[in-house]
Amino acid sequence: MADTRNAGRPLSPHLQIYRGGLTMLMSIVHRITGVALYAGTLLLVWWLTAAATSDQNFDMVQAVFGSWLGRLVLFGFTWALIHHTLGGIRHLVWDVGHGFALKDVEMSARLTLAASVILTIIVWAVALGVS
Amino acid sequence: MAEFSLPKNSKVQPGKTWPKPSGKNLKYFKIYRWNPDDGQNPHIDTYTLDMDKCGPMVLDALIKIKNEQDPTLTFRRSCREGICGSCAMNIDGTNTLACLKSCEDVKGDVKIYPLPHMPVIKDLVPDLTRFYAQHRAIEPWLKTVTPQPQAEWRQYPEDRKKLDGLYECILCACCSTSCPSYWWNGDRYLGPAALLQAYRWLIDSRDEGTGERLDNLEDPFRLYRCHTIMNCAKTCPKGLSPAKAIAEIKKMMVERRV
Repeated sequence: MADTRNAGRPLSPHLQIYRGGLTMLMSIVHRITGVALYAGTLLLVWWLTAAATSDQNFDMVQAVFGSWLGRLVLFGFTWALIHHTLGGIRHLVWDVGHGFALKDVEMSARLTLAASVILTIIVWAVALGVS
Repeated sequence: MAEFSLPKNSKVQPGKTWPKPSGKNLKYFKIYRWNPDDGQNPHIDTYTLDMDKCGPMVLDALIKIKNEQDPTLTFRRSCREGICGSCAMNIDGTNTLACLKSCEDVKGDVKIYPLPHMPVIKDLVPDLTRFYAQHRAIEPWLKTVTPQPQAEWRQYPEDRKKLDGLYECILCACCSTSCPSYWWNGDRYLGPAALLQAYRWLIDSRDEGTGERLDNLEDPFRLYRCHTIMNCAKTCPKGLSPAKAIAEIKKMMVERRV
């Protein structure tokens, strides 16, 4: 439906002016965390490949992941994974037709966000406690 | 690919501030202006009104500005009571009808833009050609194969009830133009308004075109670009939920396969 009549017309502002609130932000974050998981999965593959090749390689990757920067990235990866998983569950509930009332939508957004942060902290507390 | 920033000719520039009226209860209105005839970029003009001498709604304010300060200010309006959908625009960051939005509900200055991500014809008037074409594409009429009855097509009250929350849609375009998926893929994604209308015919007990209607929607873009962002339901000035209607269509797609 290309429309040549609109060639000279400006496009009205959109992202620049729209106030979508937390729900719109959650949608954007769901997309970003999804993309981040690709990168995170590559890190996982790197770790597994190193483990399968040699002690030396494995020690090197362990050292990288054990550094403060490595841990920060892994912390972010953990949060992205948990946030995206919980977001996925939220979408599943919608897919069966529930949770569309506006107050439910806001509530599930807040719950997902809070739970993702809490669960990430718990995972790391356990992991650091064990190691 | 989604274009997140505005094209060069659409970048909004500061505009002029119109003379203030006297009075104590002043409110500022920052309004998007674009004139197709002067070759300039869109700009934001500031108007001031004494709210003690103005009606309560944003539409009252726009009409007062047009009558008393600037007759060139251009916008659509008709019924002034939320049933025609003409005065849909972006007020204070969300889409709504100017006639239903109270100036008092806006904290600070009232910022008014045309419906987002649309070609602008002038000022607050967007080109809705494609929006209407999308509505036509879902074939918004009763489709039947059985012979026409002697009188009207009958419907049980409980079947009629299924149309509540759908038939009230006035096609103001607030929802579709609030939807980021529609912003990025409006040429292939039908958008919340057209899809809510599609569902209105899909669940009509009298309609016999359900299969072909679903066939027409079974497409990665037309239906499935909805990612439940929820802007549509949050912005609908009639309190409807296109997001829910779209979810129901997706369910029908699955149900007819199992």
